[in-house]
Amino acid sequence: MRSFGRPPVPCGLRWPGTPGHGRCRSGLSLWPSSVPGIALCRAPAWAGPGSVTVSAVCQGQEDGERRHQQLLEAVSSLSGRRRRKLAERTEASTQVSEFNVSCKGAGEKLVLSELLQPIRPKSALSTVKKELTKVKQKKAVELPLSKEEAERVVREAAYVRTSKDVGRWQQVVLQNRRAEQLVFPLKQEIATVVPLEQVVSAWKARTPLEQEIFGLLHKTKQPITDPLLTPEETASLQAMSLEEARQRRAELQKARVVQSYYEAKARREKKIKSKKYHRVLKKSKRRKALKEFELLHKSDPEAALAKLEELEQLRMQERMSLKHQNKGKWARSRAIMAKYDLEARKAMQEQLARNKELTQKVRVELPEEEPSDVPEEDLTSETVPTIPVGASGANPWMLGKPSGPAEELKVQEGLENVAVPDAVESKEEMEKDDDEEDMSEEEALLQDFMQKRQVRQQQARSLEEQGADETEAVPELPGDGPIHPISAEDQASVGIEQPPQAQEEILLSEQLGRVQTMDDVDALASEERVEEQEKLVVATAEKPVPARAEKRVQQQEEGRAGDKRAKKPAKKKIISLEAVLAGKPQQVQCPSLPVVVEEEEGGIDQRGVITEAFAGDDVVADFTREKRKAEEAAKPQPVNLVLPGWGEWGGTGLKPSARKIKRFLLKPPPAPPRKDQHLPHVIMSERRNIHAAAHQVSELPFPFERHQQFEQSIRTPVGATWNTQRAFQKLTTPRIITRSGHIIKPLSAEDVPDMATTAGTGAKPALEIVPQRPEPPLCRRRRRAR
Amino acid sequence: MLRDLLNSAYLALHYIPWVCNACVTLIAVPRNYDPALHPFEVPREYTRALNATKLERVFAKPFLSSLDGHRDGVNCMAKHPKSLSTVLSGACDGEVKIWNLTKRQCVRTIQAHEGFVRGMCARFCGTSFFTVGDDKTVKQWKMESPEYGEEEEPIHTILGKTVYTGIDHHWKEAVFATCGHQVDIWDEQRTSPMCSLTWGFDSISSVKFNPIETYLLGSCASDRNIVLYDMRKSTPLKKVILNMRTNTLCWNPMEAFVFTAANEDYNLYSFDMRFLESPMMVHMDHVSAVLDVDYSPTGKEFVSASFDKSIRIFPVDKGHSREVYHTKRMQHVITVKWTSDNKYILCGSDEMNIRLWKANASEKLGVLAPREKAAMNYNQKLKEKFQYHPKIRRIAQHRHLPKSIFCQIKEQRIMREARRRKELNRRKHSKPGSMPFVSERKKHIVAVVK
Repeated sequence: MRSFGRPPVPCGLRWPGTPGHGRCRSGLSLWPSSVPGIALCRAPAWAGPGSVTVSAVCQGQEDGERRHQQLLEAVSSLSGRRRRKLAERTEASTQVSEFNVSCKGAGEKLVLSELLQPIRPKSALSTVKKELTKVKQKKAVELPLSKEEAERVVREAAYVRTSKDVGRWQQVVLQNRRAEQLVFPLKQEIATVVPLEQVVSAWKARTPLEQEIFGLLHKTKQPITDPLLTPEETASLQAMSLEEARQRRAELQKARVVQSYYEAKARREKKIKSKKYHRVLKKSKRRKALKEFELLHKSDPEAALAKLEELEQLRMQERMSLKHQNKGKWARSRAIMAKYDLEARKAMQEQLARNKELTQKVRVELPEEEPSDVPEEDLTSETVPTIPVGASGANPWMLGKPSGPAEELKVQEGLENVAVPDAVESKEEMEKDDDEEDMSEEEALLQDFMQKRQVRQQQARSLEEQGADETEAVPELPGDGPIHPISAEDQASVGIEQPPQAQEEILLSEQLGRVQTMDDVDALASEERVEEQEKLVVATAEKPVPARAEKRVQQQEEGRAGDKRAKKPAKKKIISLEAVLAGKPQQVQCPSLPVVVEEEEGGIDQRGVITEAFAGDDVVADFTREKRKAEEAAKPQPVNLVLPGWGEWGGTGLKPSARKIKRFLLKPPPAPPRKDQHLPHVIMSERRNIHAAAHQVSELPFPFERHQQFEQSIRTPVGATWNTQRAFQKLTTPRIITRSGHIIKPLSAEDVPDMATTAGTGAKPALEIVPQRPEPPLCRRRRRAR
Repeated sequence: MLRDLLNSAYLALHYIPWVCNACVTLIAVPRNYDPALHPFEVPREYTRALNATKLERVFAKPFLSSLDGHRDGVNCMAKHPKSLSTVLSGACDGEVKIWNLTKRQCVRTIQAHEGFVRGMCARFCGTSFFTVGDDKTVKQWKMESPEYGEEEEPIHTILGKTVYTGIDHHWKEAVFATCGHQVDIWDEQRTSPMCSLTWGFDSISSVKFNPIETYLLGSCASDRNIVLYDMRKSTPLKKVILNMRTNTLCWNPMEAFVFTAANEDYNLYSFDMRFLESPMMVHMDHVSAVLDVDYSPTGKEFVSASFDKSIRIFPVDKGHSREVYHTKRMQHVITVKWTSDNKYILCGSDEMNIRLWKANASEKLGVLAPREKAAMNYNQKLKEKFQYHPKIRRIAQHRHLPKSIFCQIKEQRIMREARRRKELNRRKHSKPGSMPFVSERKKHIVAVVK
């Protein structure tokens, strides 16, 4: 059979409704049945009734006719049409309907996609398939929008567009808001400068005079318009030969080169930082000058003299200029450095020496008048003994000298010249500095050191002297021998107390402690006397003020009385110790009678009057006391939270325990350092002044971020008193300028140059910026100003 | 050379030793600006600033004149776009008057409407003006007075179906807008509106064209909302609903997107039209409904008229007024205008008068000498510089107020404080976060409708 040779059709019978394609529900493969020969012999006995085809074939064996027919059918079923028919027939379903496809078993639903699956390869069903897919894809038609909704959509779109259009002005608006100055109306007619030629060409000579002048000008070919050269001039310009021009140019070039070279050299030299180099340079210059001068002296004495005079002139100028007086910037910086740098110190000394040298001439002139000067000096010297020299720096009010410090200082100078010849120089400097009240602290310190050193040296010397030979020192000071060291010490105290303010403060404060009881003073004094020779410096530092003041007063009185000898014992009775300490120098230095005479002659001694008026009025001490008090008051006080009786026994006479006190006595943190800590002459109150506060700004105003900014803004003056005219005008220009009588029109695109272009295009804005919410101006940060 | 000769001849001829008087009296002395020579700059400037402030207060006499002639309350005013001296006003009896400010006289009187003149505006070219009234008509009038023997008649009259409550003219085109039950935009040549814009049904009290982006319109209706329209698409854009009714609004002439609304709740609200969710600034100082507002032509300030019988000047970026004007006889101020040269303010009030004020109370009118000008500028700068100092501020801020306003301010301050305290207490005693803090600016906005 032909059909036997055919390979089995793999897609023979498939039940489309089943999930397992190509398999019958019984689980038996159906494809062998399509090949009857094989199917017959293979049919297993256990094949259930479900395998309809197989059983049908098997049963058909009995009836040959039926068999034949079946065979025919089977063969014919090999074609597609028949097969489906056959398959339908083999379906065991009882409910076959022509309208409906039903599937039996497991309650499964028919899915369209499954139905479609088998027909996929079939092109014949493609139309159906298409239709089916179409049906599947189509959605329900939406309802038309309601009127409100539609309007809303339109509105939203319009709003977005309009706000974008309006947003084009954002930049312009911001610019205007921030502008330093706005001038309205915005559209200004700019006064254009018309070129001269146009004006001239437009202008016509009308009056006869004008016509005449123009005629003249034209006749002589005078230029009226731009190139302001007559033809002759231009010709002459052209006449300059090329050669000449070239030469000239070359010369110029050379000169320029040379100049630049010299400039560069000078700059280079100026930049050299080496001090040594400069020193050497200076020296060489000086030497050169000297040599020249010598040469000149030899060759032309007159010229040399002239030169000398010139030099003298220079010297005088320098003297007048106060150039070497320790006041300059350089000198100050040196003074600071001097503490650490030996060289700087040397430089300073050099300068001072130079200064002295410059001022020397006056000294030179003095000796001629000396005879007349001497008594004067003597006269003035009478004040010296009355004042313990150590106090002079401490309290200027107590000195009682109306004529100013200069005389006094001179006298002191003289004094020291006698007593401490070594220290003269330094003292002179010191006094000069005392004169200059704005002496810097560093300077003072430096001088302090120097003085201390000198003092120490002197003390050592005096001690030696004392040890070796008392009588040697005595002759100068007629009086008790053992007192000599004290006088030296006194002088030492001069050295310490005079110049620096800082030390003065320390001294004064120490004085205050001692004022309270006389016994203390006495005890101290006796101690001092015992220890004097061991610690001289300390003793001088601790010398009690009241004693000294008293002594001073007494001395002054004594001076007025004139009879010193008579007073002396009385003085000694009152404060014997002090008299012993300070009395000697008086005796030494004011033996001269003229003093007394003069005073008597003068009748009213101003000094005396003042000292009398301010007797016992120690202003400086008062001030320090006051300051001390202020400092004490400003210190934060500990808070006492101790409650007696809590947690322990209470009652009269019972003190809370130390533990409790320790626990409940709250110590505040230490106060910040006072501002007047280093200012001995000043009390600075750090408490808020209510009267001033009424005028002060308490809150930091809005645009300012920090109080410094605000203070800066206030500090810069605006007025013409402090600013140049131009700056004043600039600073005071108003923010908005309007002209009276001019209509200010609303902003338009023509007013703004960069807007005009975008407005011209209309629909398309130049800047497509998403509008940013501007910073709300209401929310201002408020910060407290200090 | 001849030229030189000529020149020298000219010089010889024309050389007159001319010396001006000022040069003789004011010899230029070279000045040393060393700060050491001019110490105490801050205290000295402070004193000058104090004096300047005091002088400013001394010279602060803002009231210039009153224009009387109306026989009923002045209901609306309009500026002439081309002439500074011309001002138009409409009264509650339907009378329109044209005033000459330099002469301070009425130059023309028209019986324009029966009943109120509700609104008026001048055409941008200044040749004619429009009025709307209670008699449901829109009338266009010539600016010039009629010839001798000619009847006083409008150029056009449009009869409407409903009452028009306001009118405004386009800034560049021959188009104007009226409001009433709806916003109508009219072509001048036609008797029916080009388009009518509605959004809801309520009477609209005022409509204003944007002076910069001229197709934009703003209107405020009595259902408490402010609506913006776009004329190009003839569609409304957005609506913002406030707590209370807005009486009128005014666009900033220098900032295209900013407008200020005068509200019944005593406040003014400056909005950025791009961000209507909350106003840019709430201007509060009035103690009664604000009836009208007008921007200064510089766009930096605006003036508002209130039912509390005062007008106030607000800087645009400040929440409180810098100036308040009132007189004994001035009643409820219904309309106010800032003149186009930024110098004067006009206000029309219930008691039939129009008053002319200086915009800057202490300004000296008339021509200033250069030195005077410099001194003024300097004083102004000093006042600005030291404005935060308490003594100066106290003087600069001092204003006299009539008792009624003063008491009302005090009362309202107490009320505000009480409200604030109550809110604070509520917040304190409720669950944290359950009572969110609402800023002052957001408080007054009910909703924004797209």
